[in-house]
Amino acid sequence: MTSRRTFLVAGVAAGAALSLAWWLRGGRDAGSVPADGTDALSALDAQAPSIIAAIVPVMLDGALPAAAAQRAEAIRETVANVSSTVAGLPPSARNELSELFALLAFAPARLAVARVSAPWAQAERADVAAFLEHWRTSRFALLRSAYDALHQLVLAAWYANPKSWAAIGYPGPPALL
Amino acid sequence: MATTDNPLVLDPFRAAGAERWKVIDASMQDGDLTFEADVAIVGTGAGGGTAAEILVEAGLTVLLIEEGPLRSSSEFRMREAEVYPDLYQESAARKTKDKAINILQGRCVGGGTTVNWTSSFRTPDTTLRRWAADYGLTGFGAADLAPWFERMEARLSIAPWVVPPNANNDALARGAAALGIATASIRRNVKNCWDLGYCGMGCPVNAKQSMLVTTIPGALARGATLVTRARAVALEMQGDRVTALRCVAMDARGNDPTSRQLTVRARAFVSAAGAIGTPALLLRSRVPDPAGVVGKRTFLHPTVVSAALMPETVAAWAGAPQSIYSDHFLDTLPPDGPMGYKLEAPPLHPVLAAITLPNHGAAHAGWMREMPRLQVLIALLRDGFVPDSPGGTVVLRDDGTPVLDYPFSPYVWDGARRAFLSMAEIQFAAGARRVMPIHGEGAAYATWGAAKAAIDGFTLAPLTTTVVSAHVMGGSPLGPDPKRAAVDAAGRYHHLANLYVMDGSLFPTSIGANPQLSIYGIVARLADGLARTLAPRA
Repeated sequence: MTSRRTFLVAGVAAGAALSLAWWLRGGRDAGSVPADGTDALSALDAQAPSIIAAIVPVMLDGALPAAAAQRAEAIRETVANVSSTVAGLPPSARNELSELFALLAFAPARLAVARVSAPWAQAERADVAAFLEHWRTSRFALLRSAYDALHQLVLAAWYANPKSWAAIGYPGPPALL
Repeated sequence: MATTDNPLVLDPFRAAGAERWKVIDASMQDGDLTFEADVAIVGTGAGGGTAAEILVEAGLTVLLIEEGPLRSSSEFRMREAEVYPDLYQESAARKTKDKAINILQGRCVGGGTTVNWTSSFRTPDTTLRRWAADYGLTGFGAADLAPWFERMEARLSIAPWVVPPNANNDALARGAAALGIATASIRRNVKNCWDLGYCGMGCPVNAKQSMLVTTIPGALARGATLVTRARAVALEMQGDRVTALRCVAMDARGNDPTSRQLTVRARAFVSAAGAIGTPALLLRSRVPDPAGVVGKRTFLHPTVVSAALMPETVAAWAGAPQSIYSDHFLDTLPPDGPMGYKLEAPPLHPVLAAITLPNHGAAHAGWMREMPRLQVLIALLRDGFVPDSPGGTVVLRDDGTPVLDYPFSPYVWDGARRAFLSMAEIQFAAGARRVMPIHGEGAAYATWGAAKAAIDGFTLAPLTTTVVSAHVMGGSPLGPDPKRAAVDAAGRYHHLANLYVMDGSLFPTSIGANPQLSIYGIVARLADGLARTLAPRA
């Protein structure tokens, strides 16, 4: 059971870390993204794919294929779909997500706010699960909104993929001819 | 988008003669461009499309400016992965400022009408009477507007839907009937509908009589010009007149402005960019606004959702998405009393279902596996009818793009709680095995008693309670008093002689019903008035 004080510390740390991440990136101008919007993950921190790859198996627990090869492929495609979704957003949303991933990539913030001890590529599944649950139920709207962003990005990326449809009994769009 | 050429479907943009239409994709142009017209219209949705055809028929030259792309039935493949980034604002993930409400809005030629679910209601009497009583709006009674509604109903084939409702809508009718709650059938703007259920992804068979297949082809065939992927940046003014509209070409994906400018000169300018886009254009232009009304009182019909697990297959993705509604919880409450709500059923497709269902992991996957048996209800809360429900405010970010700041009040949460109760009770009465109010606690209940006890105890809060919206209204309201309204009864901006507003931002309150027909009817009347002003007939 997390105490109220821990929540408060986490909230203050989140606010500070978001500001710090923004400052480290050189403020708003340096944080802007390529005008052509095509360079997907250059819009995000270079660590974003490993963060998303750590989140996907937890967010999609029970939804991904069981066989190892198909599962790995599904995770790879979901990470790629998240990247292309982000690239298709307007600059303001891209910048906000870029700040979120910069925060999560920043080791002190990863430890203090997400409480994930290892770097994302080696993160323990239980740590990632606890991080998502903590943010989902946080008393701070800022952290709940960050959870919502991850929820929406990852779940949309998987269920947009026709490979997810058989398991949920969705036949796909009807043929018209 | 890939194309599907279906010989059974006539795509007006690929039909004989369409090659002569003046359609310009600004993202494909090399240099700056200049245009002149009698009337420049920003936006091609319910307002812009309706106005364009009426103005062209009066013999005026019309230029339409659309930020989104031109897509038509040949390209509509009914895939969420393609549709949301292409046809919706902000990839269908537009949020209010605190991120607590997800807003679905169209961003393509035809605007919301290309992707809406075809529900067609005249503006309710209660709403029109409220505008007369509270905002002094005269000449907008049900009888005054009836001929304009009739005209647009005929133009857009709006008629009763006689096909039996799909199982998702039938559950609303069945559950409500068991409880003595009145429901009725929804009229739809369709012709030869295939009952597919994919209205929200662009009708692939052109059954939906959206602006994309009616007024816009009508206007283009009579010589109107359509410029796509161009964002209206600001109006230029001299004295009390708008002299030009400055636009910028968007890039091919439509999210980032390029450096290429478009300048539009016209006798009159019509903003029909929707209830976030129109106030944003006016704010960016720094139009005179001494009373500070622009962008205020912006309404959403904040919508809460309840999912139910039925014993039988529902397949809520198939069949006309909306065919049954209930106004019981609007009609049985006084308009100035507790917040009322309209009950409807939404279509269900994998991405929309996945992002709406709460939580993640095994709990989320379990509900997704039940998708064929999921029945879903939505309650659209009628905002703006009392001082406790002032709506939100459109503000500009540093880059000039708009965001809606929509704070919640206890009045709204009280409405949301009663709406969760009504939906759960109806779903159990329709035979639901379990009901899950879409709320952060994410629990499902096996009996009405258990659901009621839980809902009574819910902590209702932003980003804990899922709230969505598909109807943005207000922010540039009609009314005779410049202290409270942005435009006069002719739709003309109170402080500028040749600037008009013709979209959902005109409404002084929310409508209390899906707004497309309210926009069609009221804009038809305003556009007819503008046509008479600019091109008086002998």
